[in-house]
Amino acid sequence: MVQFTLPKNSRIRTGKTWPKPDGATNVRKFKIYRWNPDDGENPRVDTYFLDMDKCGPMILDALIKIKNEIDPTLTFRRSCREGICGSCAMNIDGINTLACIYGLDEVKGDVRIYPLPHMPVVKDLIPDLTHFYAQHASIMPWLETKTNRPAKEWKQSIEDRKKLDGLYECVMCASCSTSCPSYWWNGDRYLGPAALLHAYRWIIDSRDEATGERLDELEDPFKLYRCHTIMNCAKTCPKGLNPAAAISHIKQMMVERTV
Amino acid sequence: MQFLTDRKRAVGNGAGSEGTHHHWKMIVSSICLVVLAPFFIFTFGSGLGGSYEEVLAFFSRPFVALVMGLGLVVGLNHFKMEIDEAVEDYIHGIAQKLTLIAVSAATYTLMAVGLFALLKLAL
Repeated sequence: MVQFTLPKNSRIRTGKTWPKPDGATNVRKFKIYRWNPDDGENPRVDTYFLDMDKCGPMILDALIKIKNEIDPTLTFRRSCREGICGSCAMNIDGINTLACIYGLDEVKGDVRIYPLPHMPVVKDLIPDLTHFYAQHASIMPWLETKTNRPAKEWKQSIEDRKKLDGLYECVMCASCSTSCPSYWWNGDRYLGPAALLHAYRWIIDSRDEATGERLDELEDPFKLYRCHTIMNCAKTCPKGLNPAAAISHIKQMMVERTV
Repeated sequence: MQFLTDRKRAVGNGAGSEGTHHHWKMIVSSICLVVLAPFFIFTFGSGLGGSYEEVLAFFSRPFVALVMGLGLVVGLNHFKMEIDEAVEDYIHGIAQKLTLIAVSAATYTLMAVGLFALLKLAL
């Protein structure tokens, strides 16, 4: 049964308020989710203040500044700092997005930062994406061929290559899947928007020879058909992709081969 | 604690090999209801407010009786499929199976009662 309230040990308490920077005139408040699995305490929201005259323009700049100058225990993932690796996905001001390409000027008022919703938390802003990655692996995200390998490369027309635009750019940040209510309630069985977008990327690839098998694997009331076209995935995707459209195309292909 | 690999958890019992039929049925009944629902509401609304004899005469007309009958069958079937989806979304385990059975029983009972009442009026 769906849980509408948090378990007792997940309820968020008010945390520590760190002192304001001395002599700063342009100060901004950050409220950040904290949880440490080692101390046995409930999650809390700590409050930090930053001098915005000495801070970079992005949310990730602020997080790095807090970690470097105020609280070194604050834990988050980051790597490329330019929206390519997908590591720093988190819930910022109620939106799942990448901290490195989300500007501080895009947030009005206090900056509230939480981990991606409805995922187990490893620590602070780091969600456990093990199941998410395993679901991605289950859709066979690689070229499947049966014909003998050609002497050079598998050829593809310019038109067929264009069909992959809007699909191959996904960086697997999990912003879409963790914004999807269907994935919240049935994430154990529903593949979610990210894995399905990747599935469609290989289904529609003209070089792939496992289209039928791929569709067979998705023919399931939960794996595919839990998508109710809520569209949170398309709204939140930090790369501007539309996983809901990809899922809709898979459903069309399913109908075409059945009816 | 179960020592299952991540991949085994993700794959589960594999694909159920159904879903498209239900999806297509939903599309078909939705399109039918786009046409049928305004007819149903307009026809049903027109029949209200008269005396017993007038209402009886109104629902005895073949077109009115057919629209009411189709509205009941198509509408309740669509309702059942939607409720089934919601139940599968939010309720899990044995409670889900029992609720799905209850929804089926309630829908078909409503349909039978509605059709019986319509026949009594129309014939």
